[in-house]
Amino acid sequence: MLIVSCPCCGVTAEETEFHAHGEAHITRHAMDASDEQMETYLFMRKNPKGVHFERWRHQNGCGKWFHMARDTATLEVFGTYSAQTLAPPEDLLAEIDAKRPGWRDRA
Amino acid sequence: MKKYSVFAVAREAMRHHTGWTRAWRDAAPKKRYDAIIIGAGGHGLATAYYLGKNFGITNVAILEKGWLGGGNTGRNTTIIRSNYLQDPSAAIFEKSRSLYETMSQDINYNVMFSPRGVIMLAQTEHEVRGYKRTAHANMLQGVKTEFVSPARVKELLPIINLDGPRYPVLGGLWQARGGTARHDAVAWGYARACSDMGMDVIQQCEVTGIRSEGGKVTGVSTSRGDIACDKLGIVVAGHSGQLAEMAGFRLPLESVALQALVSEPIKPCMDVVVMANTVHGYMSQSDKGEMVIGGGTDGYNNFTQRGAFQHIEETVRALIETFPMVSRLKMLRQWGGIVDMTGDRSPILSKTPVEGIFINSGWGTGGFKAIPGSGWGMAELMAKGHSPLTDAFGLERFSEGRFIDESVAAGVAH
Repeated sequence: MLIVSCPCCGVTAEETEFHAHGEAHITRHAMDASDEQMETYLFMRKNPKGVHFERWRHQNGCGKWFHMARDTATLEVFGTYSAQTLAPPEDLLAEIDAKRPGWRDRA
Repeated sequence: MKKYSVFAVAREAMRHHTGWTRAWRDAAPKKRYDAIIIGAGGHGLATAYYLGKNFGITNVAILEKGWLGGGNTGRNTTIIRSNYLQDPSAAIFEKSRSLYETMSQDINYNVMFSPRGVIMLAQTEHEVRGYKRTAHANMLQGVKTEFVSPARVKELLPIINLDGPRYPVLGGLWQARGGTARHDAVAWGYARACSDMGMDVIQQCEVTGIRSEGGKVTGVSTSRGDIACDKLGIVVAGHSGQLAEMAGFRLPLESVALQALVSEPIKPCMDVVVMANTVHGYMSQSDKGEMVIGGGTDGYNNFTQRGAFQHIEETVRALIETFPMVSRLKMLRQWGGIVDMTGDRSPILSKTPVEGIFINSGWGTGGFKAIPGSGWGMAELMAKGHSPLTDAFGLERFSEGRFIDESVAAGVAH
Protein backbone atom coordinates (compact mmCIF):
# COMPACT_ATOMS: atom_id res chain seq x y z
CA MET A 1 0.00 0.00 0.00
CA LEU A 2 1.54 3.29 -1.14
CA ILE A 3 1.29 6.35 1.08
CA VAL A 4 0.97 9.40 -1.14
CA SER A 5 1.08 13.14 -0.45
CA CYS A 6 -0.90 15.28 -2.86
CA PRO A 7 1.16 18.38 -3.76
CA CYS A 8 -2.02 20.20 -4.78
CA CYS A 9 -4.07 20.01 -1.56
CA GLY A 10 -1.45 18.76 0.89
CA VAL A 11 -3.36 15.67 2.01
CA THR A 12 -1.35 12.53 2.81
CA ALA A 13 -3.37 9.38 2.28
CA GLU A 14 -3.13 5.77 1.18
CA GLU A 15 -3.22 4.89 -2.50
CA THR A 16 -6.94 4.08 -2.62
CA GLU A 17 -7.59 7.83 -2.69
CA PHE A 18 -5.48 8.21 -5.80
CA HIS A 19 -5.36 6.76 -9.29
CA ALA A 20 -2.26 6.11 -11.41
CA HIS A 21 -2.29 7.20 -15.04
CA GLY A 22 1.03 6.02 -16.42
CA GLU A 23 4.34 7.51 -17.44
CA ALA A 24 4.88 11.27 -17.05
CA HIS A 25 6.75 13.76 -19.23
CA ILE A 26 5.73 12.16 -22.53
CA THR A 27 6.24 14.49 -25.48
CA ARG A 28 3.13 15.11 -27.52
CA HIS A 29 4.26 16.17 -30.97
CA ALA A 30 2.58 18.67 -33.25
CA MET A 31 0.37 17.82 -36.25
CA ASP A 32 3.38 17.26 -38.52
CA ALA A 33 4.71 14.42 -36.34
CA SER A 34 6.31 11.44 -38.08
CA ASP A 35 4.91 7.91 -37.73
CA GLU A 36 7.73 7.06 -35.36
CA GLN A 37 7.01 10.08 -33.16
CA MET A 38 3.34 9.18 -33.01
CA GLU A 39 4.21 5.55 -32.16
CA THR A 40 6.50 6.75 -29.39
CA TYR A 41 3.89 9.14 -28.04
CA LEU A 42 1.07 6.60 -28.11
CA PHE A 43 2.72 3.28 -27.25
CA MET A 44 6.42 3.30 -26.37
CA ARG A 45 6.97 3.39 -22.62
CA LYS A 46 10.15 3.39 -20.58
CA ASN A 47 8.72 0.79 -18.18
CA PRO A 48 11.85 0.83 -15.98
CA LYS A 49 12.58 -1.66 -13.23
CA GLY A 50 13.51 1.08 -10.80
CA VAL A 51 12.92 4.83 -10.75
CA HIS A 52 9.75 5.81 -12.61
CA PHE A 53 8.15 9.23 -13.07
CA GLU A 54 4.41 9.00 -13.47
CA ARG A 55 1.14 10.90 -13.56
CA TRP A 56 -1.37 10.48 -10.76
CA ARG A 57 -4.71 12.05 -9.92
CA HIS A 58 -6.15 12.69 -6.47
CA GLN A 59 -9.33 10.97 -7.57
CA ASN A 60 -11.17 10.71 -4.25
CA GLY A 61 -9.87 14.03 -2.96
CA CYS A 62 -9.18 17.37 -4.57
CA GLY A 63 -9.43 15.85 -8.05
CA LYS A 64 -6.21 17.46 -9.29
CA TRP A 65 -3.41 15.90 -11.32
CA PHE A 66 0.18 15.69 -10.14
CA HIS A 67 3.42 13.82 -10.78
CA MET A 68 5.16 11.19 -8.65
CA ALA A 69 8.62 9.62 -8.55
CA ARG A 70 8.45 6.00 -7.46
CA ASP A 71 10.60 2.85 -7.55
CA THR A 72 8.79 0.07 -9.44
CA ALA A 73 11.11 -2.59 -7.97
CA THR A 74 10.55 -1.67 -4.29
CA LEU A 75 7.37 0.46 -4.45
CA GLU A 76 9.15 3.26 -2.54
CA VAL A 77 7.62 6.67 -3.19
CA PHE A 78 10.38 9.28 -3.53
CA GLY A 79 8.07 12.24 -3.71
CA THR A 80 5.35 14.08 -5.59
CA TYR A 81 5.46 17.34 -7.53
CA SER A 82 3.36 19.64 -9.67
CA ALA A 83 1.95 18.45 -12.98
CA GLN A 84 2.71 21.88 -14.48
CA THR A 85 6.28 21.00 -15.38
CA LEU A 86 8.20 19.27 -18.16
CA ALA A 87 10.83 17.60 -15.94
CA PRO A 88 11.19 16.43 -12.33
CA PRO A 89 12.43 19.10 -9.88
CA GLU A 90 16.18 19.19 -9.10
CA ASP A 91 15.81 18.62 -5.34
CA LEU A 92 13.80 15.43 -5.97
CA LEU A 93 16.41 14.21 -8.49
CA ALA A 94 19.13 14.88 -5.90
CA GLU A 95 17.20 12.83 -3.33
CA ILE A 96 16.85 9.96 -5.81
CA ASP A 97 20.60 10.20 -6.64
CA ALA A 98 21.35 9.81 -2.94
CA LYS A 99 19.05 6.80 -2.53
CA ARG A 100 19.83 5.09 -5.84
CA PRO A 101 23.45 5.94 -6.74
CA GLY A 102 24.14 5.42 -10.42
CA TRP A 103 20.49 5.22 -11.52
CA ARG A 104 19.66 6.54 -14.95
CA ASP A 105 16.48 7.32 -16.78
CA ARG A 106 15.81 4.89 -19.62
CA ALA A 107 15.84 6.41 -23.09
CA MET B 1 13.58 -41.03 -20.81
CA LYS B 2 11.23 -43.73 -19.65
CA LYS B 3 7.75 -43.55 -21.09
CA TYR B 4 4.98 -42.92 -18.60
CA SER B 5 2.15 -45.42 -18.97
CA VAL B 6 -0.26 -47.55 -16.98
CA PHE B 7 2.31 -50.36 -17.20
CA ALA B 8 5.01 -48.11 -15.75
CA VAL B 9 2.73 -47.21 -12.84
CA ALA B 10 1.94 -50.91 -12.26
CA ARG B 11 5.62 -51.88 -12.48
CA GLU B 12 6.63 -49.18 -10.00
CA ALA B 13 3.79 -50.09 -7.68
CA MET B 14 5.37 -53.56 -7.43
CA ARG B 15 8.74 -52.18 -6.37
CA HIS B 16 7.82 -49.35 -4.01
CA HIS B 17 8.30 -46.64 -6.66
CA THR B 18 12.08 -46.99 -6.61
CA GLY B 19 12.49 -47.04 -10.39
CA TRP B 20 11.33 -43.55 -11.35
CA THR B 21 14.09 -41.47 -12.95
CA ARG B 22 14.59 -37.73 -13.29
CA ALA B 23 12.06 -36.16 -15.64
CA TRP B 24 14.63 -33.86 -17.25
CA ARG B 25 18.39 -33.34 -17.15
CA ASP B 26 19.75 -30.44 -15.11
CA ALA B 27 22.10 -29.27 -17.86
CA ALA B 28 25.15 -27.00 -17.73
CA PRO B 29 25.54 -24.51 -20.58
CA LYS B 30 27.58 -25.45 -23.66
CA LYS B 31 29.66 -22.91 -25.59
CA ARG B 32 27.30 -22.67 -28.53
CA TYR B 33 23.74 -23.50 -29.61
CA ASP B 34 21.80 -23.12 -32.86
CA ALA B 35 19.05 -21.39 -30.91
CA ILE B 36 18.72 -20.02 -27.40
CA ILE B 37 15.38 -19.34 -25.76
CA ILE B 38 15.44 -16.95 -22.79
CA GLY B 39 12.76 -17.96 -20.30
CA ALA B 40 11.83 -21.49 -19.23
CA GLY B 41 8.19 -20.75 -18.61
CA GLY B 42 5.39 -22.30 -20.61
CA HIS B 43 5.84 -20.13 -23.69
CA GLY B 44 9.63 -20.55 -23.84
CA LEU B 45 9.51 -24.31 -23.35
CA ALA B 46 6.68 -24.69 -25.87
CA THR B 47 8.71 -22.67 -28.40
CA ALA B 48 11.69 -24.96 -27.88
CA TYR B 49 9.53 -28.08 -28.04
CA TYR B 50 7.95 -27.17 -31.39
CA LEU B 51 11.34 -26.03 -32.77
CA GLY B 52 12.46 -29.61 -32.18
CA LYS B 53 9.25 -31.44 -33.06
CA ASN B 54 8.14 -29.47 -36.12
CA PHE B 55 11.45 -28.25 -37.52
CA GLY B 56 14.09 -30.70 -36.26
CA ILE B 57 16.13 -27.96 -34.53
CA THR B 58 17.29 -29.66 -31.34
CA ASN B 59 20.63 -27.95 -30.55
CA VAL B 60 18.71 -25.59 -28.32
CA ALA B 61 19.19 -24.15 -24.82
CA ILE B 62 16.39 -22.76 -22.70
CA LEU B 63 17.82 -20.33 -20.12
CA GLU B 64 15.96 -19.56 -16.91
CA LYS B 65 16.87 -16.93 -14.32
CA GLY B 66 15.01 -18.67 -11.50
CA TRP B 67 13.46 -22.11 -11.66
CA LEU B 68 11.43 -23.87 -14.29
CA GLY B 69 7.92 -22.47 -14.58
CA GLY B 70 8.46 -20.25 -11.52
CA GLY B 71 7.14 -17.07 -13.11
CA ASN B 72 3.66 -16.49 -14.46
CA THR B 73 3.37 -20.11 -15.60
CA GLY B 74 3.10 -21.14 -11.95
CA ARG B 75 1.07 -18.12 -10.88
CA ASN B 76 -1.95 -17.96 -13.17
CA THR B 77 -5.50 -19.24 -12.74
CA THR B 78 -5.09 -21.86 -15.53
CA ILE B 79 -8.08 -20.83 -17.63
CA ILE B 80 -8.13 -22.02 -21.24
CA ARG B 81 -10.54 -20.49 -23.77
CA SER B 82 -10.46 -19.07 -27.28
CA ASN B 83 -13.59 -16.90 -27.54
CA TYR B 84 -11.82 -13.82 -28.89
CA LEU B 85 -13.33 -11.24 -31.21
CA GLN B 86 -10.56 -10.53 -33.73
CA ASP B 87 -9.59 -13.12 -36.35
CA PRO B 88 -5.83 -13.27 -35.61
CA SER B 89 -6.52 -13.74 -31.87
CA ALA B 90 -9.16 -16.40 -32.45
CA ALA B 91 -6.75 -18.24 -34.78
CA ILE B 92 -3.83 -18.45 -32.33
CA PHE B 93 -5.95 -19.04 -29.20
CA GLU B 94 -8.07 -21.72 -30.92
CA LYS B 95 -4.91 -23.42 -32.20
CA SER B 96 -3.70 -23.34 -28.62
CA ARG B 97 -6.90 -24.72 -27.15
CA SER B 98 -6.96 -27.56 -29.66
CA LEU B 99 -3.32 -28.41 -28.87
CA TYR B 100 -4.23 -28.58 -25.17
CA GLU B 101 -6.77 -31.29 -26.00
CA THR B 102 -4.06 -33.70 -27.15
CA MET B 103 -1.10 -32.33 -25.17
CA SER B 104 -0.98 -35.08 -22.55
CA GLN B 105 -0.72 -37.76 -25.28
CA ASP B 106 1.66 -35.65 -27.38
CA ILE B 107 4.26 -35.05 -24.66
CA ASN B 108 3.49 -38.20 -22.61
CA TYR B 109 2.84 -36.15 -19.50
CA ASN B 110 -0.53 -35.71 -17.83
CA VAL B 111 -1.31 -31.98 -17.90
CA MET B 112 -4.79 -32.70 -16.50
CA PHE B 113 -6.57 -30.75 -19.23
CA SER B 114 -10.17 -30.46 -18.08
CA PRO B 115 -12.53 -29.18 -20.81
CA ARG B 116 -15.18 -28.26 -18.28
CA GLY B 117 -16.46 -25.20 -20.14
CA VAL B 118 -16.01 -21.46 -19.62
CA ILE B 119 -18.90 -19.07 -19.07
CA MET B 120 -18.35 -15.31 -19.33
CA LEU B 121 -21.17 -13.48 -17.59
CA ALA B 122 -22.88 -10.56 -19.30
CA GLN B 123 -23.90 -8.18 -16.51
CA THR B 124 -24.62 -4.99 -18.44
CA GLU B 125 -26.49 -4.28 -21.68
CA HIS B 126 -23.15 -3.40 -23.28
CA GLU B 127 -21.73 -6.76 -22.37
CA VAL B 128 -24.79 -8.53 -23.77
CA ARG B 129 -24.28 -6.78 -27.10
CA GLY B 130 -20.52 -7.33 -26.96
CA TYR B 131 -20.76 -11.06 -26.27
CA LYS B 132 -23.45 -11.59 -28.92
CA ARG B 133 -21.07 -9.95 -31.37
CA THR B 134 -18.24 -12.19 -30.17
CA ALA B 135 -20.46 -15.27 -30.55
CA HIS B 136 -21.25 -14.26 -34.13
CA ALA B 137 -17.57 -13.61 -34.87
CA ASN B 138 -16.62 -16.97 -33.35
CA MET B 139 -19.16 -18.71 -35.57
CA LEU B 140 -17.42 -17.29 -38.64
CA GLN B 141 -13.99 -18.20 -37.21
CA GLY B 142 -15.00 -21.80 -36.53
CA VAL B 143 -14.72 -21.39 -32.75
CA LYS B 144 -17.67 -23.03 -31.04
CA THR B 145 -19.29 -20.58 -28.61
CA GLU B 146 -22.86 -19.52 -27.97
CA PHE B 147 -24.69 -16.75 -26.18
CA VAL B 148 -26.91 -18.32 -23.51
CA SER B 149 -29.84 -17.10 -21.41
CA PRO B 150 -29.79 -16.39 -17.66
CA ALA B 151 -31.78 -19.62 -17.11
CA ARG B 152 -29.03 -21.63 -18.83
CA VAL B 153 -26.40 -19.77 -16.76
CA LYS B 154 -28.24 -20.83 -13.59
CA GLU B 155 -28.31 -24.42 -14.87
CA LEU B 156 -24.55 -24.38 -15.44
CA LEU B 157 -23.84 -22.52 -12.19
CA PRO B 158 -26.33 -23.47 -9.47
CA ILE B 159 -24.46 -21.37 -6.88
CA ILE B 160 -24.95 -18.13 -8.81
CA ASN B 161 -27.20 -15.27 -7.70
CA LEU B 162 -28.71 -14.02 -10.98
CA ASP B 163 -30.36 -10.85 -9.70
CA GLY B 164 -27.54 -9.11 -7.86
CA PRO B 165 -28.49 -5.56 -6.92
CA ARG B 166 -25.71 -3.88 -8.86
CA TYR B 167 -25.00 -6.27 -11.71
CA PRO B 168 -27.79 -8.72 -12.54
CA VAL B 169 -26.81 -11.56 -14.86
CA LEU B 170 -28.37 -10.93 -18.28
CA GLY B 171 -26.82 -13.87 -20.09
CA GLY B 172 -23.43 -15.34 -20.84
CA LEU B 173 -20.94 -16.33 -23.52
CA TRP B 174 -20.50 -20.08 -23.18
CA GLN B 175 -17.55 -21.98 -24.59
CA ALA B 176 -18.19 -25.61 -23.76
CA ARG B 177 -14.73 -26.75 -24.92
CA GLY B 178 -12.79 -24.28 -22.79
CA GLY B 179 -11.54 -25.31 -19.37
CA THR B 180 -8.44 -25.58 -17.22
CA ALA B 181 -5.17 -27.53 -17.03
CA ARG B 182 -2.49 -28.10 -14.42
CA HIS B 183 -0.11 -25.17 -15.01
CA ASP B 184 3.03 -26.69 -13.45
CA ALA B 185 2.52 -29.90 -15.41
CA VAL B 186 2.53 -27.94 -18.66
CA ALA B 187 5.98 -26.54 -17.84
CA TRP B 188 7.30 -29.84 -16.47
CA GLY B 189 5.91 -31.87 -19.37
CA TYR B 190 7.40 -29.60 -22.02
CA ALA B 191 10.74 -29.51 -20.14
CA ARG B 192 10.81 -33.30 -20.04
CA ALA B 193 9.98 -33.55 -23.75
CA CYS B 194 12.61 -30.90 -24.67
CA SER B 195 15.25 -32.60 -22.54
CA ASP B 196 14.39 -35.91 -24.20
CA MET B 197 15.08 -34.34 -27.61
CA GLY B 198 18.57 -33.39 -26.39
CA MET B 199 17.85 -29.77 -25.52
CA ASP B 200 19.40 -28.17 -22.44
CA VAL B 201 17.04 -26.69 -19.86
CA ILE B 202 19.39 -24.49 -17.79
CA GLN B 203 18.04 -23.07 -14.55
CA GLN B 204 19.65 -20.43 -12.32
CA CYS B 205 21.16 -18.85 -15.43
CA GLU B 206 20.35 -15.15 -15.73
CA VAL B 207 20.99 -13.36 -19.00
CA THR B 208 23.01 -10.21 -18.28
CA GLY B 209 23.75 -9.05 -21.80
CA ILE B 210 22.94 -9.73 -25.45
CA ARG B 211 25.80 -9.59 -27.93
CA SER B 212 25.43 -8.71 -31.60
CA GLU B 213 27.74 -7.86 -34.52
CA GLY B 214 26.76 -5.89 -37.58
CA GLY B 215 23.12 -5.91 -36.56
CA LYS B 216 23.06 -9.69 -36.13
CA VAL B 217 22.88 -11.56 -32.84
CA THR B 218 25.98 -13.57 -31.86
CA GLY B 219 25.14 -14.74 -28.35
CA VAL B 220 24.30 -13.88 -24.78
CA SER B 221 26.26 -13.18 -21.59
CA THR B 222 24.86 -14.96 -18.57
CA SER B 223 25.58 -15.46 -14.90
CA ARG B 224 27.05 -18.82 -15.97
CA GLY B 225 29.28 -17.51 -18.77
CA ASP B 226 29.00 -16.45 -22.39
CA ILE B 227 27.00 -18.61 -24.80
CA ALA B 228 27.01 -18.19 -28.58
CA CYS B 229 23.94 -18.70 -30.77
CA ASP B 230 22.57 -18.09 -34.27
CA LYS B 231 19.04 -17.35 -33.19
CA LEU B 232 17.69 -15.96 -29.96
CA GLY B 233 14.12 -16.02 -28.71
CA ILE B 234 13.15 -13.65 -25.86
CA VAL B 235 10.14 -15.20 -24.11
CA VAL B 236 10.07 -13.69 -20.63
CA ALA B 237 6.81 -11.79 -19.96
CA GLY B 238 7.33 -9.05 -17.35
CA HIS B 239 11.03 -8.43 -18.00
CA SER B 240 10.79 -8.25 -21.82
CA GLY B 241 11.63 -4.56 -21.76
CA GLN B 242 14.85 -5.12 -19.79
CA LEU B 243 16.04 -7.74 -22.29
CA ALA B 244 15.05 -5.61 -25.27
CA GLU B 245 17.13 -2.80 -23.80
CA MET B 246 20.14 -5.16 -23.61
CA ALA B 247 19.64 -5.87 -27.32
CA GLY B 248 19.21 -2.18 -28.10
CA PHE B 249 15.58 -1.79 -29.06
CA ARG B 250 12.36 -0.67 -27.39
CA LEU B 251 9.03 -2.33 -26.80
CA PRO B 252 5.55 -0.85 -26.41
CA LEU B 253 5.02 -2.58 -23.07
CA GLU B 254 4.21 -1.75 -19.48
CA SER B 255 4.63 -4.26 -16.64
CA VAL B 256 1.98 -4.46 -13.94
CA ALA B 257 1.09 -6.83 -11.13
CA LEU B 258 -1.79 -9.27 -11.47
CA GLN B 259 -2.98 -11.12 -8.39
CA ALA B 260 -4.80 -14.34 -7.66
CA LEU B 261 -5.94 -16.14 -4.53
CA VAL B 262 -7.35 -19.49 -3.46
CA SER B 263 -9.80 -20.43 -0.76
CA GLU B 264 -9.74 -23.35 1.62
CA PRO B 265 -10.74 -26.60 -0.12
CA ILE B 266 -14.46 -27.33 -0.12
CA LYS B 267 -16.68 -30.03 -1.63
CA PRO B 268 -17.42 -29.77 -5.37
CA CYS B 269 -19.83 -26.90 -5.97
CA MET B 270 -18.97 -25.52 -9.40
CA ASP B 271 -17.85 -27.60 -12.38
CA VAL B 272 -17.28 -24.81 -14.92
CA VAL B 273 -15.00 -21.78 -15.11
CA VAL B 274 -16.83 -18.49 -14.61
CA MET B 275 -15.62 -15.04 -15.59
CA ALA B 276 -17.35 -11.81 -14.60
CA ASN B 277 -15.56 -9.09 -16.53
CA THR B 278 -17.73 -6.16 -15.46
CA VAL B 279 -16.72 -6.65 -11.85
CA HIS B 280 -13.21 -7.94 -12.67
CA GLY B 281 -13.41 -11.38 -11.15
CA TYR B 282 -13.09 -14.94 -12.32
CA MET B 283 -13.31 -18.21 -10.48
CA SER B 284 -13.00 -21.96 -10.89
CA GLN B 285 -12.74 -24.88 -8.51
CA SER B 286 -9.50 -26.83 -8.53
CA ASP B 287 -9.28 -30.61 -8.29
CA LYS B 288 -8.27 -30.16 -4.65
CA GLY B 289 -11.52 -28.27 -4.02
CA GLU B 290 -10.06 -24.78 -3.61
CA MET B 291 -11.89 -21.92 -5.27
CA VAL B 292 -9.26 -20.30 -7.51
CA ILE B 293 -9.99 -16.60 -7.87
CA GLY B 294 -8.39 -13.97 -10.09
CA GLY B 295 -9.04 -10.30 -10.50
CA GLY B 296 -7.90 -7.28 -12.46
CA THR B 297 -4.42 -5.83 -12.60
CA ASP B 298 -3.11 -3.23 -10.19
CA GLY B 299 -3.14 0.23 -11.64
CA TYR B 300 0.55 1.12 -11.76
CA ASN B 301 3.86 -0.18 -13.11
CA ASN B 302 5.24 -2.78 -10.75
CA PHE B 303 8.01 -5.40 -10.77
CA THR B 304 7.58 -6.76 -7.24
CA GLN B 305 5.40 -9.87 -7.90
CA ARG B 306 2.99 -8.70 -5.23
CA GLY B 307 -0.02 -6.48 -5.51
CA ALA B 308 -2.06 -4.14 -3.38
CA PHE B 309 -4.56 -5.55 -0.93
CA GLN B 310 -7.44 -3.35 -2.04
CA HIS B 311 -7.54 -5.10 -5.43
CA ILE B 312 -8.05 -8.44 -3.73
CA GLU B 313 -10.78 -6.82 -1.68
CA GLU B 314 -12.44 -5.39 -4.81
CA THR B 315 -12.40 -8.76 -6.53
CA VAL B 316 -13.81 -10.66 -3.58
CA ARG B 317 -16.41 -7.97 -2.89
CA ALA B 318 -17.66 -8.23 -6.46
CA LEU B 319 -17.73 -12.03 -6.42
CA ILE B 320 -19.69 -12.13 -3.15
CA GLU B 321 -22.53 -10.28 -4.82
CA THR B 322 -22.77 -12.80 -7.66
CA PHE B 323 -21.74 -15.85 -5.58
CA PRO B 324 -23.02 -15.26 -2.02
CA MET B 325 -21.57 -18.56 -0.73
CA VAL B 326 -18.04 -17.19 -1.26
CA SER B 327 -18.61 -14.93 1.75
CA ARG B 328 -18.34 -17.97 4.05
CA LEU B 329 -14.96 -19.08 2.69
CA LYS B 330 -11.58 -18.49 4.26
CA MET B 331 -8.88 -17.52 1.81
CA LEU B 332 -5.69 -19.57 2.03
CA ARG B 333 -3.11 -17.91 -0.18
CA GLN B 334 -2.67 -14.85 -2.32
CA TRP B 335 0.13 -14.12 -4.76
CA GLY B 336 1.05 -11.89 -7.69
CA GLY B 337 2.85 -12.08 -11.00
CA ILE B 338 4.22 -9.43 -13.34
CA VAL B 339 2.43 -9.25 -16.68
CA ASP B 340 3.46 -7.18 -19.68
CA MET B 341 0.66 -5.19 -21.29
CA THR B 342 0.60 -3.78 -24.82
CA GLY B 343 -1.50 -0.86 -25.99
CA ASP B 344 -4.00 -3.06 -27.84
CA ARG B 345 -3.93 -5.87 -25.25
CA SER B 346 -2.72 -8.35 -27.87
CA PRO B 347 0.65 -10.11 -27.74
CA ILE B 348 3.81 -9.40 -29.70
CA LEU B 349 5.30 -12.31 -31.66
CA SER B 350 7.80 -10.69 -33.91
CA LYS B 351 11.16 -10.28 -35.54
CA THR B 352 13.11 -7.41 -34.02
CA PRO B 353 15.49 -4.73 -35.34
CA VAL B 354 18.38 -7.11 -34.52
CA GLU B 355 18.66 -9.95 -37.04
CA GLY B 356 18.24 -13.34 -35.41
CA ILE B 357 16.43 -12.04 -32.32
CA PHE B 358 12.76 -12.85 -32.02
CA ILE B 359 10.43 -11.71 -29.30
CA ASN B 360 7.35 -13.31 -27.78
CA SER B 361 5.79 -11.04 -25.16
CA GLY B 362 2.85 -8.85 -24.25
CA TRP B 363 0.46 -11.68 -23.38
CA GLY B 364 -0.82 -9.48 -20.58
CA THR B 365 -3.23 -11.23 -18.28
CA GLY B 366 -4.04 -14.13 -20.61
CA GLY B 367 -0.85 -16.02 -21.40
CA PHE B 368 -1.45 -19.47 -19.95
CA LYS B 369 -4.23 -20.42 -22.37
CA ALA B 370 -1.96 -19.49 -25.27
CA ILE B 371 1.10 -21.55 -24.34
CA PRO B 372 1.00 -24.32 -26.99
CA GLY B 373 -0.32 -22.08 -29.78
CA SER B 374 2.22 -19.38 -28.96
CA GLY B 375 5.04 -21.96 -28.95
CA TRP B 376 3.81 -23.45 -32.23
CA GLY B 377 3.73 -20.05 -33.96
CA MET B 378 6.94 -18.74 -32.36
CA ALA B 379 8.85 -21.88 -33.41
CA GLU B 380 7.69 -21.45 -37.00
CA LEU B 381 8.60 -17.75 -36.86
CA MET B 382 12.10 -18.56 -35.59
CA ALA B 383 12.65 -21.43 -38.03
CA LYS B 384 11.17 -19.92 -41.20
CA GLY B 385 11.04 -16.17 -40.56
CA HIS B 386 7.25 -16.00 -40.67
CA SER B 387 4.20 -17.92 -39.55
CA PRO B 388 0.52 -17.57 -40.47
CA LEU B 389 -0.27 -17.69 -36.74
CA THR B 390 2.03 -14.82 -35.79
CA ASP B 391 2.22 -12.55 -38.87
CA ALA B 392 -0.48 -10.20 -37.58
CA PHE B 393 1.24 -9.85 -34.18
CA GLY B 394 4.42 -8.09 -35.43
CA LEU B 395 5.98 -5.08 -33.72
CA GLU B 396 5.36 -2.93 -36.81
CA ARG B 397 1.62 -2.92 -36.13
CA PHE B 398 2.06 -0.11 -33.61
CA SER B 399 3.64 2.34 -36.05
CA GLU B 400 1.29 1.24 -38.84
CA GLY B 401 -1.81 1.61 -36.67
CA ARG B 402 -2.88 -1.95 -37.52
CA PHE B 403 -4.02 -3.03 -34.06
CA ILE B 404 -5.58 -6.28 -32.95
CA ASP B 405 -7.82 -4.55 -30.50
CA GLU B 406 -8.89 -6.97 -27.80
CA SER B 407 -8.95 -4.37 -25.01
CA VAL B 408 -12.49 -3.41 -25.95
CA ALA B 409 -13.57 -6.89 -26.92
CA ALA B 410 -12.33 -8.80 -23.92
CA GLY B 411 -12.52 -6.22 -21.15
CA VAL B 412 -9.99 -6.61 -18.41
CA ALA B 413 -9.95 -10.29 -17.69
CA HIS B 414 -8.00 -11.52 -20.66
